[in-house]
Amino acid sequence: MQTAAITRESHGVAHAIANALYRNPRLLLALLLGPPLIWLGIVYLGSLFALLAQSFFHLDDFSGVVIHEFSLKTYAHLFTGANMAIVLRTVAMAAAVTFACIAIAYPIAYYMVRHASSKMKALLFLGVMLPLWSSYLVRVYAWKLILAKEGVITWFAERLHLTWLLDGLLAIPTIGGPSLSTSYIGTFIVFVYIWVPYMILPIVAALERVPKSLIEASADLGSRPRDTFRNVILPLSVPGMVAGSIFTFSLTLGDYIIPNIVGNSRPFIGMAVLAQQGTAGNIPLAAAFTMWPIVIMGVYLIVAKRKGAFEAL
Amino acid sequence: MSSGKSTPWALRLATFAGMLFLHLPLLFILLYAFSAEDKSFVFPIPEFTAKWFSVAWNDRPDIWPALALSVKVALIATLIALVLGSLAAAAVWRSKFFGRDSISLLLILPIALPGIITGIALRSAFNLAEISFSFWTIVVGHATFCVVVVYNNVLARFRRTAGNLIEASMDLGANGLQTLRHIVLPNIATALLAGGMLAFALSFDEVVVTTFTAGQQETLPIWMLGELMRPRQRPVTNVVAVFVIAITFIPIMLAFWLTRDTQDVAGSGK
Repeated sequence: MQTAAITRESHGVAHAIANALYRNPRLLLALLLGPPLIWLGIVYLGSLFALLAQSFFHLDDFSGVVIHEFSLKTYAHLFTGANMAIVLRTVAMAAAVTFACIAIAYPIAYYMVRHASSKMKALLFLGVMLPLWSSYLVRVYAWKLILAKEGVITWFAERLHLTWLLDGLLAIPTIGGPSLSTSYIGTFIVFVYIWVPYMILPIVAALERVPKSLIEASADLGSRPRDTFRNVILPLSVPGMVAGSIFTFSLTLGDYIIPNIVGNSRPFIGMAVLAQQGTAGNIPLAAAFTMWPIVIMGVYLIVAKRKGAFEAL
Repeated sequence: MSSGKSTPWALRLATFAGMLFLHLPLLFILLYAFSAEDKSFVFPIPEFTAKWFSVAWNDRPDIWPALALSVKVALIATLIALVLGSLAAAAVWRSKFFGRDSISLLLILPIALPGIITGIALRSAFNLAEISFSFWTIVVGHATFCVVVVYNNVLARFRRTAGNLIEASMDLGANGLQTLRHIVLPNIATALLAGGMLAFALSFDEVVVTTFTAGQQETLPIWMLGELMRPRQRPVTNVVAVFVIAITFIPIMLAFWLTRDTQDVAGSGK
């Protein structure tokens, strides 16, 4: 049946075209690469450049109209105290979230690669993938009800006689607040929860690439397991952590939904962008704000690429 | 790789606690969908009821159009992503060309950069080009970040497919089209399906880019965001959330199952 089908097809125009393509790899490449490049290169990168261009326009102080001329006025505005505070707050949160994600993700990844049986490993893998792919909004919402003042955490704290601990945490200036769902602690917990799967998978990938022979060599040369971990496994898994942090850092930098739903109302970069382009109508400033994540992540990606993090993505 | 060595109890505990942290919150969503109390999130839940399921089904006509729109957008965005993603994967796999290493970077950018940047960039581009916001602007936004998922899955499959299969096919007299149909497509079929499933799940859930590329249209996540900001009937939101979990659960499990005995695990590229 198969051969009959094949001989029947091998005549006519399609045949000619197919063979022409096979003989002209460049033409084939152009046909393959053209559509995705046009889409991402023109639609996406083009949009990013349009955004960059807008950040050099500025808002007229009196009329509130966007002046379409090159100037650095918007950037001067971006570097004022209040706006820098937003940037610092966001970067500090992103860094804290990234470190917490590494702390939670590393043991899970390590257990998956070095200790779990293959069945257990598959199960854990699924356990990481499901939250990663299930609805972002639903997962944020779950924390809204867990962290609420009348909610689950308060109840458990009461049962375990730990209310003093909860109150103590909330009494800490800056990061505390009236309840978990209106404090930086709450925002931090939700960020960590949402992004932690993005950290686990690259660390697993990196740990799996650590050659077994190196670990055995280290043991043969007399290192204790702890030293082998510190001197062999940990350094070799750095690319995985860097790859994971691309996501945790970048996604925290731009998120505006989590701090909107859980947290006090002090703005993060994403919320500032939203407010500037929406109610304030200051698109140049919104565009200038987005340059922060772009520049930070651009530098980060270049460093990450040098460190070989892309192989662990 | 378990080699009979004993697992430190601290490691077991950390893994167990981490997995609990990842999964417990979703259970609470389910629990609160049955709460009779609709004004606050009081715990323990005072009274249980199943009435919110019928309320969501019968009395909230605002849910259905949002659901229909989400499904339509996700289907078309997935279709576009399947075509563009597999073309790019084929190009990167088959040939060497200038800038090949940058392709992955270009494709991953829409999900590596925060959604708000992709969203606002597309929005300002649509504004500059005087394109009015519609169903199709949402699709363009979604397809842009779905391409990489398909690309990753298909490229991983291509890399494991022996290139000499294709040469053998050609040597035996098949032309390019026949080789595509009888060798290449069967080989990448499950990777395409898995990539498509994940792209669908990704698009179905997306809220940030949609906020910026939609006009008056309301997808299901946009509807949900509205309910989170200005709650009307909290348990109804929970019912929809449970439904969303279920509807994304299925394609994810399928994708996982389709790529189960391979190394290119479907989701690692999100």
